[in-house]
Formats: sequence, structure tokens, C-alpha cells
Amino acid sequence: MNEILWLLLIFGIKAIIIISFVMLCAAAFVYLERKISAVIQNRIGPNRVGPFGLLQPFADVLKLFLKEDIVPKNANRFYHSLAPIITLGVAFSVFAIIPFASYLKIGDRVIHMGIAPNINIGFLFVLAMTSVGVYGITLAGWSSNNKYSLLGGLRSAAQMISYELAMGLAVISILLMSQDLTLTGIVEAQKGLKWNIFLQPLAFIIFLTSSFAETNRSPFDLPEAEPELVGGYNTEYSGMKFGMFFLAEYANMAAASAIISLLFLGGWNFPFIYEWLGFANGSVELVLVQLLVFLAKMLFMVFFFIWTRWSIPRFRYDQLMNLGWKILLPLGLLNILVTGIILMYI
Amino acid sequence: MNLVDIVFYFFAVIIVASAAVVVLSKNIMYSAFSLLFTFFGVAGIYVLLNADFIAVTQLMIYIGGILVLIIFGVMLTTKITGLEMKTGITGKAQYAIGGLSTLVLGGTLIYVFNSTSWFKSPSVPTTSTVEAIGASLLTNYLLPFEAASVLLLLAMIGAALIARRK
Repeated sequence: MNEILWLLLIFGIKAIIIISFVMLCAAAFVYLERKISAVIQNRIGPNRVGPFGLLQPFADVLKLFLKEDIVPKNANRFYHSLAPIITLGVAFSVFAIIPFASYLKIGDRVIHMGIAPNINIGFLFVLAMTSVGVYGITLAGWSSNNKYSLLGGLRSAAQMISYELAMGLAVISILLMSQDLTLTGIVEAQKGLKWNIFLQPLAFIIFLTSSFAETNRSPFDLPEAEPELVGGYNTEYSGMKFGMFFLAEYANMAAASAIISLLFLGGWNFPFIYEWLGFANGSVELVLVQLLVFLAKMLFMVFFFIWTRWSIPRFRYDQLMNLGWKILLPLGLLNILVTGIILMYI
Repeated sequence: MNLVDIVFYFFAVIIVASAAVVVLSKNIMYSAFSLLFTFFGVAGIYVLLNADFIAVTQLMIYIGGILVLIIFGVMLTTKITGLEMKTGITGKAQYAIGGLSTLVLGGTLIYVFNSTSWFKSPSVPTTSTVEAIGASLLTNYLLPFEAASVLLLLAMIGAALIARRK
């Protein structure tokens, strides 16, 4: 019983740290998005609140908290409030299995750098959670009692279901390579420069495209296509409920970047520097360096997400569906077949 | 009452309460969304039983697949959301049919529950359930596995055929 309480305490502390980290990340990414888009479009971007406008996201959150929360008269109040909670909860829950570095050894106790990075099901948990994420958006679209919201919600659900398949297939070839379902195992299999982006370029492209669609980011941001749908599923939301959707979008982006770094960019692996530094396994220094390497990769992926959004125009809906079902899905199957054959005979 | 019991009753209450809403609600959207919590509770029970793979499959297939399709069907059907459904008892024939099917279903479940020699899971989680499940699917249970896949393929082709006929 004592052991269980101890475990609960450790998991609780880890969860608090990671959730605060994700919140902070989301705030930082909002700032980055605005700054980078400003640079791309030859503007200055936020520069009034704090040095270089760094406090802008906090000012925004404060504003959202103080705003009036308007619920449409014919909306379903309960589900209208439940939808942003589900969306944000699912976005955070993915971080439960993401390892940020290998492990820390204090005395006899091994502390893993994640809430539960070593559960057996590993990556399947991420797939399951993204499929739950559909509900927040569908619920928001339906409960608002607004045709634009409903269409946005439907589009988003259809898009997420379609791209989940391609995503799953791309991951299967990665799992074939690593022979391990846990994310830590997948990272360990990419030691040195055996990163999956080099060994599985096709899977990388499929996965990257699908994560753009899964996070509803441009060029696949059809659920919130302003010219057609006003604002999509969140049209009828205001105040912090809108803020929660907004936060969830960036938390999802953070999760997608973290997962891409772990699956394809080798996680905290980097050629030569660990041999050069020579820190012992489980030491604090090693964990810090691993953390830095991982966060750098994650930040690069976030930059890539933002860069793409401000460079590429939006797809049309039929193009989106054609790409998902007729190109990415067969390519994913082909990739599994080829990977299987190669692994069998080598 | 130890911790496992508390967690079990927590999920059990979620399952029973949300299942009651599914059956008794007069609004079909409430029923559909309530089913979400039922499936979630069942997944929680699976995790409690150390069956993590089954729990994730439950989430992926029932929540990520079947329920989404149900909700899609409901949302795309015009005027279905405001429709009042009959949930109460309306006639004697329904009493008889409902009672009979409940008896048959309940009896079968209780019989199976009592006649199966249950495998007691060890209290310490096994290393990898996924590997063991995969191995037995492709060796001991290959025929049912393949039969199920052929059935699913047939359903998929059938669905595509119906959808294409314009």
C-alpha cells in the first residue's frame, strides 16, 4: 500500500511538471507562430508587452479569462462546455507516454523522464488518444447548434479518421525496424545516426503529412477554413472556452513534434556528442544534455509546422481526401511490404 | 476495501450510469455520446485487469471507429437530432419480448461466467502482453483470425459497393 502511494506521488509530481511544461510550450509556440509569421510576411509582430513582446501570450490568456463567456441560446449547455475539456484533456494525455530523456539514477531508484514511457502498448496509446480527440471537435460542432460549426466538426472528424489510418501504417514500418512498441525502445533502436528519417524516408513523409492533418494545421486546416466556415467548430465559443481550443491546438502541435522527433529524428540521440562528453548512464549531466537535444529537435519540428502554415495555401476538401485515401494509404501499405521483405532477408 | 476495489467501483459506476443514459435517453445524440463514457469505463476495467492491449484496442476500435460512425450517421441524418424516441414500455407484447431476451442474454452470460475456468492474472504485470497476443494469433488461433479478416474484407467491399451505386 505504501509503495502504491509512493508511486502515485511520483506520477502526480511528474504529471504536474509535464502539464506545466506543455502549457508553457503552448504559450511559447503562440508567440513563435506570431513572430515567425511576421518575419515571413515582412511585419514586426508582437512587440509591445514585455521585451520583444515576449509576454504577449500571457496577456492574451489574461484577456481570454476576463472575457464574457457566451453560450448560444439554442446550444446544448452541458456538451458545449464538455467539448473544450475533452479536446484539451486528450491533447495533454498524449504526453503521458512521451519520454523526454532516458533515465535518471538516484541511489537505487531509477526515475524515468516521462510519466509512463515504458508501458507495453507504447505508441498504440497515442493512436488511441488521437481517435478520442475527434469527439471534442465533433461535440463542439454539434452542441453549438450552428451549421458552420457542425460542418467544421464533421470535416475535422472525417479528416482525422482518414489520416489516422495512414499514420498507423507509417508507424507499423517503424515498429518493424525497432521490434519494440515502447517509445524508449524505438529511440534506443536509433542510436548514433540510425535515425528512421534516413532508414524510412517514405514512412517519415507519410507520418509528417498525416500529423499535419491530425493536428488540423495548414495546409490541412479545412475544419477552420475562414472563408467557407467563418471559424469552423469553434465559431460559437468565446472567452476561455475558445482559449482552451486554441491551447489544445498548440499542445497537439507540441505532441506531434515530440512524437516525430522520437520516432524519426532519433529522440535524444545525436552522433558523437555522447562519446565525446562521456557522461555515465543515469547521471544528471547526461539527462540534461539528452533533454536539450530532444527539445532542440522538437523546437525544429514546431518551426517546420509554423513555416509550412505560412508558406503553403490550403488544400481543397476533395484533394485532401484523395491524398489521404488514394496516395498515402497505398504508399503506407507498400512501405510495410518492402520493409518486411528487406528485414526478412537481411 | 483496497485501492483496486475503489478503482473498480469507480469505473463500474461510470459504465452502469452511462449505459443507463444510452438506454433511457429520449434524445439519440445523448445516447450516442453517452456510449462514449461506457466504452471508456470498459477500457478502464481492462487496464485494471492488466490487459493493456485489449484496453487500447477497445479505445481504437469502439471509440475511434464504431462510435464515430454512429455519431456521423446521426449527425448527417436530417431532423434526427430533435426526434423524440420511445423509451418506455408501450404494450404487452414488448414486455414479453423484452423480458424473454433479457432472460436469455442474462442466463447465457451467467452460465458462461460460472462454467469457464478463469485464468487468474498474476498481480505483477507481465512484461509484454502484445508480443504474446501476436504470437498466439498467428499460431494457435490462425484460422479464426484469418476467417475474421475475410469477413471484415467482405464487409468493406460490400460497403464500398453500396456507397458507389448512384
